[in-house]
Formats: sequence, C-alpha cells, structure tokens
Amino acid sequence: MIIRLIERTAVLLVSLVVSSVLVFAFMAVLPGDPARVALGVNASEEAVAQLREQFGLDRPLPTQYLDWLGGLLRGDFGISYVSKAAIGPQIIDRFQVTLWLVVAGMIIALVIAVPAGTVMAARHRHVSGLALSALSQVGVAVPAFLAGILLITLFAVKLGWLPANGWTPPAEDPGMFLQQLILPALALGLVQGAVLTRYVRSAVLEVLREDYLRTARAKGLRPFPALWRHGLRNAAVPVVTVLGLQLATLLIGAVVVERVFVIPGLGSLLLDAVSNRDLLLVQDVVMVLVVAVLVVNFFVDLLYVALDPRLRVSSR
Amino acid sequence: MRRLNPSLVAGGVIVLLIVVTALVSFVWTPYDATLVDPASRLLKPSWSHWFGTDKFGRDVLSQIMVGSRTTLFVGIVAVGVAAVIGVPLGILAAMSRRWSSEVIMRSNDLLLAFPALLLAIMFGAVFGASTLTAMIAIGIASIPSFARVIRSGALQVMRTEYVLAARAAGRQPFPIAVRHVLPNVASLITVQASVSFAIAVLAEAALSFLGYGTPPPTPSWGRMLQESQEFLFSAPRLAVFPGLAIALAVLGFNLLGDGLRDRFDPKLEDRR
Amino acid sequence: MNSVLAVEDLTVTVRDKTLVQDVSLTVDPGERVGLIGESGSGKSLTALSVMGLLPEDVHASGSVRLAGVDHDLIGADERRLSRVRGRQLAIVFQEPMTALNPTMRVGDQVAEAMLIHDTVPGRRAARAAAIELLGRVQLPDVLRAYPHQLSGGQRQRVVLALALANDPSLLICDEPTTALDVTVQAMVLDLIVRGVTDRSSALLFITHDLAVVATVCQRVLVMYGGRIVESGPVNEVFTSPRHRYTQGLIAASDLESADRRLPTIPGNVPAAGQFPNGCVFRTRCAHATEICATAPPWSGTASRGFACHHPAPALEPADA
Repeated sequence: MIIRLIERTAVLLVSLVVSSVLVFAFMAVLPGDPARVALGVNASEEAVAQLREQFGLDRPLPTQYLDWLGGLLRGDFGISYVSKAAIGPQIIDRFQVTLWLVVAGMIIALVIAVPAGTVMAARHRHVSGLALSALSQVGVAVPAFLAGILLITLFAVKLGWLPANGWTPPAEDPGMFLQQLILPALALGLVQGAVLTRYVRSAVLEVLREDYLRTARAKGLRPFPALWRHGLRNAAVPVVTVLGLQLATLLIGAVVVERVFVIPGLGSLLLDAVSNRDLLLVQDVVMVLVVAVLVVNFFVDLLYVALDPRLRVSSR
Repeated sequence: MRRLNPSLVAGGVIVLLIVVTALVSFVWTPYDATLVDPASRLLKPSWSHWFGTDKFGRDVLSQIMVGSRTTLFVGIVAVGVAAVIGVPLGILAAMSRRWSSEVIMRSNDLLLAFPALLLAIMFGAVFGASTLTAMIAIGIASIPSFARVIRSGALQVMRTEYVLAARAAGRQPFPIAVRHVLPNVASLITVQASVSFAIAVLAEAALSFLGYGTPPPTPSWGRMLQESQEFLFSAPRLAVFPGLAIALAVLGFNLLGDGLRDRFDPKLEDRR
Repeated sequence: MNSVLAVEDLTVTVRDKTLVQDVSLTVDPGERVGLIGESGSGKSLTALSVMGLLPEDVHASGSVRLAGVDHDLIGADERRLSRVRGRQLAIVFQEPMTALNPTMRVGDQVAEAMLIHDTVPGRRAARAAAIELLGRVQLPDVLRAYPHQLSGGQRQRVVLALALANDPSLLICDEPTTALDVTVQAMVLDLIVRGVTDRSSALLFITHDLAVVATVCQRVLVMYGGRIVESGPVNEVFTSPRHRYTQGLIAASDLESADRRLPTIPGNVPAAGQFPNGCVFRTRCAHATEICATAPPWSGTASRGFACHHPAPALEPADA
C-alpha cells in the first residue's frame, strides 16, 4: 500500500517534470523569437530588444526554463508578453469556469452511463438492451460541439427555454448561472455519457460471467441485488480507468464547447492566447491542462487500490 | 459459413459510401464546391441544390462531397503516423526487458496527457494551423492507444509455444518480431486503425471547427459547422448536413472496428 | 419416509438440443447420494436445474420438489426461488478460485448468506455465526481476509461454510475437489461429510471420480448422455454393475489394481445433444444389437436398477 503510494507519487513527479520540459522545449523551438512574435513583424528592432530584455528572453534557455518552473511552483505564472498583465489570476479565474463545466458534464455522463450500461449488459439479449446499445453507438459518433449546436437549435432557438450562450459566475446570479450551465454541460455530458455507457456495459457483462455472481445468487440474492452488491465494485475498476481518461478528454473537449457557447473558460483563454500570439500564456495554459490530467490519473491509480484489495498486498 | 456480422456490414457499407463519395468528388460534383455565387445565397434544399446553399451561395452537397476527401485524407495520414510509430513501440515494449519496457509504457502514458486537440493547438501556435499540423497532432495523440493494444497482443504472442521454441532455437529478436509477432497482431492493428480513424475524424472536425484544421477555401465538414453557427436562427439546416456527415463517418468507422473485433475474436462478441 | 429432493422427468434443452432427458431421482433426508458421469453427461446441468441457475438460453422442464417448499422449483419465479436458494438448498461449485467476490472480506461473504435469509437477528450475530462456521471448517482467523489471501483449499472451505450457513436440507456439491491439490482433497471431503452429518442435511455429490463416491456416498446414480443409466447402493453398483456403461466405467478406473493396464471404453463421448436415440450408449457398446435402437426400459426398483437391454450378469455379492 505505502510502497504503491510512493511509487505512484514518484511517477507523478517525474511525469510532471518531463512534461514541463516538453512543453517548454516545444514552445522554445518555434521559428522566430517570442518577443518578435508578440509584437508583430512591423515592430522596431529596439522595441523587440527591449521586450526581450524586459522578460529575460535573452538569457540562456535552461535559465529561462528553471525560472519559469520556479515561478510555477510558487504559483507565479509570469507576465503576458502581449497584455503585460499577470497570467496567474486569469488562469485561476478561467480554470474555475472550465471546472464547473467539466464537473457538471461528468456528473451527467455518470448519471446516464451507469444505469444505461448496466441495463444494456443485464438485458443484452433483449430488444431493450440492443436498442440502448444502438443508441449509445450513435451517441458516441456525435462530437460535443455538434451536440451543442443541436441543443442550442432545439432548446434556445426553437423552444426558447434556455439561453443560447453566455456565462454568469454562480456568485453573481445563481439562477442565470444554472440556466447557462445546463446546455453546455449537457453537450459535454451526453457525448461522454454515450462513450462511458459502452465501457460500463462491457465491464458489467464481464462481471455477469463471473463465478462469484453465481455464488451470490446461490446464496439467495436475486439477480439485480447480486449485481448491485457483488458486481458493481468489481465492474468499477475498468470503468474508473476510462473515467480518468475521459476527464482528460473533457478538460480539453471543453475548449470546443466553450467556443460554441461563448464561455470564458480555460479553452477560450488558450485560443485567444494563440490568436494574440501570447506565447507565455499559451505555454502556461497548456501546462495547467497537462498537470490537471496527470493529477487526475494519479488519483485514479490510488482509487484502484481502494476498489480492489488484491492490489493492496504489495507493489506489483 | 459464419453468420453475417451486422456491425461489420453496416460499418463497411458506411465507410464504403464515404470512400466512393470522395472518389466521385474528384471527377464530378453538382457544382464547384468553392464557387461563390451571391445570387444564390442561403437557398433552401431544392432540385437544383439538394442540400441548399450557404452564406456565399456555395452548394452544400458539393462541399460535403469534397469535404469527405479532407476527412479521409486527415484520417489516413493520422492513423498512418500512429501505426508506424505505435506498432513498433508496442512490440518493442512487449519484447524488451522489464525496465526498458517500463520506460516505453511510462512515456506512452505521459503522451496521454496531450490529447489531439491540445497538441494541434500547440502546433498551430508555433507553426501556424494547417491540414498538416492537424494530421500530425492527431497522429501523435493516437500513438498511445496503438502502442498499448499492440503491446498486450504481442505479450500474448510472446508466451506462445512457437515463439518460445524460436527463442530456444536462438533466433534473434528482430526476426521473431517480424515473422511471428507482427502477423499475429495484424488483426489487432486493423481493429485499432478503424477505431483510431473514428477518433481522427472527430478530432479533425473539432479542429476545423475551431479554425485549427484545414484552412479555407478547401471544404471541411468541421468548418462548415462553424460557419453554420451564425445562422442557427435562420437556417439551422446548414448545421444539419455537415453534422450528419461527421456523425455518419464516426459511426461507420466505429461499427467497422467493432465488427472486425468480433470477426477476429468471436468469443468477445458480447463484450463491447 | 418423504424424500428431501424429488426430481421427476427433468429434461434440459438448449435451442433444439436435448442435454438432459427424463432424469428422475430422489434424495432422502440425511442421505448422501453420488451422481457420477463423464464430462458432458449432464450431471452439472442437473445440479444447476435443481438450483434454478441455468444459463439464460438453457431451459428445464419436468418437476423438482424440495421438502418444506410448497411449490415446484421448475418454473418458479426468481422471487420464490431466491427464498429457497441458500436457505433449504445450497451448492458448492467446482472452481474455488473464482467463486468468491474478490473485493469483499471472507467473513462478510459468509455473514451475508445468513443476513439475506434473516436467519440471524442482526449483523453482530451474523458475524459471530460466521466466526463459528469458519471455525468448523478449520479456518479460524480468516474473517477479515480477502479471497486472494487464501489458497484454493481454504477458499473452498469458505464456500462450504457459507453454503452450510443456514443448515440447508440439501447440499449439492458439484465436483468440489476436482480443482484442488490431491493433498487437500481428503480434508475438504471430510469436512463436507462432517458438515452434512452434523446438520442431518442430505448431500447430492456430483463427480467423475469413482473413488470419491466410494468414500463419501451411500448411494450412487450413474449418468451418461443426459440420462441416468443405473442407480443403487454404492457397494452393489461398484461390485456388480449391470449397465454396460457402468461396467466399462468401473473397469476403466479400477479402484484396486494399479499395476495392470486399465481397459478403456472404446470411442468418445459424443458432443452434447449428439447422442443416439434409443440407448444412448449403443454407439460405444460392444454388446449393442438392433434392439438397442429402442429406449431400454428401467429394470429393477427406483433405488436399485438400470436401463439396459443386455445387462451384465448379476454377481452374487462378494461375501468373503
């Protein structure tokens, strides 16, 4: 247990360092220098040189990297080359927005996938199971931004029940916040739900074949209680893996949905940064997204141990 | 004779339809897909324009037809990149010693933290967005799933008696990989290619939607959707046709992948 | 004396194939009955039919009555069946390695058997009872263990403990020791016999191992091709088999001699559902004639009899 925790933590730390090097190196190899990129081709040499000096871009790359990494560790994301504003507050602000969206989407996905996948597995020979299965296959094929467009068309344009786009912070107007959250969260959640449903289905099907489920029924449990008490926890192990990966997909997938619904999240910050050629901001946002994904995967790994006692004995 | 597999048939038919559409678009489309005609802006579907026209008066059906080329092209290159790198990595991880295999798989896991969309945006920021950056980003992002699937398949092959016999006979790893492992994971490669293709179609659509994919005027389904957004109130049909095209393509490749999987391993039939 | 289990004309089919045909058997209170046969003979399906745990596409017809249960188990709905399972009727399956839930503590799995049927007043009592039950199968101190921490033999004893938790009137064991090391087989068999004797439960013991039947059971039923071909007290059937299949089976697994080359039954067991009509054994039987194309009638009584047109001559019981 402890060994595994130490091992996982070490893997996480190494991954974080390696990915920060990758992100930094990638942004550093770009043709042309960031100051020139930020100021545009028409800027004077002096202005570019001044910017380079101001942001320390004239120092050797390793120094710049360590400086950047040190800043990140202290929660200092640096100052934008373009707007000259501190990046940290912007990222924190935008990250909250995206987090709302992703968490709401994930909840919707789970609420759909767990019951639907279980029914699909338990009734996989019946019409209802097959129909759900076909429906999920179609759901998987719809990209989140298309779902968003369709939802807007239906609920905002045709029915006029909900706002087509926009964002209000929850503290400002909770009612409006919820109204504006529903459609984008649905767009993310419906599609991820369809994907997740298929994994829940195969995990439950796998468990239904297990001998211990037969033992549970031989004890006198009816099929559904047997599956509930003995099957779900076992089926959860593969589902949790997918959930971790999906959380990563959702974080990034939110970029597109934010664009559809005009939501000021991390994704739109990234896209704006790219179009403003604000390279440090791009680098910071990418790093935040990657860290989020790695940390999620770390917790997923720990969750396995909680779910499956066989992993607790010793390290692999 | 084995029972016809409905997923395989449906997926095959859809994929074939898209391929045929793309091929036909080289020699014939109802109109020039990029022809701007201000006189026929935003026309409803009719006999002369089956799917109507967009805000520039371009024929939607023609654009969908030509767009299928973009979709297939991006998919083929992306899956090719992923397979060419991912398959050898997976086999290498299965055949090499514990620590080097560990290093490969850990790097693989690390790559999972960089999804296609993020990579493509980074590429776009550095090199400028184009079809090429999109294809390569999607390809790189698809490497981990290839490597993982191939590794587990190759591990099984490595445990079979004929490989053990070949190793006992002193055969070198490379001939074993080429002669025994590769042919036995070929079915896995096919299945994974089909599944990755579906993911590539989705990613390409999302990138074009964001403006990080194929630049105009080359028609692309994702960008057609993005352009349709300003007409959701007046002409929602503009979103419907490219949307359907994307969904159909993804569905086709997913079904094909499922069908192939069942075909190669009938025991798994109920699992997906 | 009323029997604990009465199976009548049990027929099990999957799609168009018949896997078990017209099987009738009874088990008396406290009696230990062996059901022997090769794999594919339908013995496990018979057990699953009694439990009502057949796979979804397999169907059973006929009648299965259990003492103390006022309805037929065949055709009963899940709700009624689940009240009988684990209460009056319990089973130990062949594969101990996978029979227990890997994510649940062993003690909880035993306790659950009692909590489901409310045979104990509460969780605390269930726990105490579980400790006692595990003690009786000589597994003290495993209450908080997970299945993966136990050996195959230990797990099978846990399964036995939870099967016996509610003092069932009938315990079915489906090849309970086949997957175990020879060294622990004897111990598990002993615990099974002791467990049913202590509770005066009846035992239906399914196996392909004649030696095991000889040590555990009082009466034996021989199954082949989905039918019962011979039945009777163990010593009578083993010393004087009448059905030609039983004769071959016993000759092939001669319990005494180890140095002689064992005779085998010619041919192979046909695939499930592919048995000939008439006498199911006729395609492999050296004594088969034309008459064997008709189903042989049952000769003898329900407790000692056989179904063969050309039975082996009855031997005088060896009294020396």
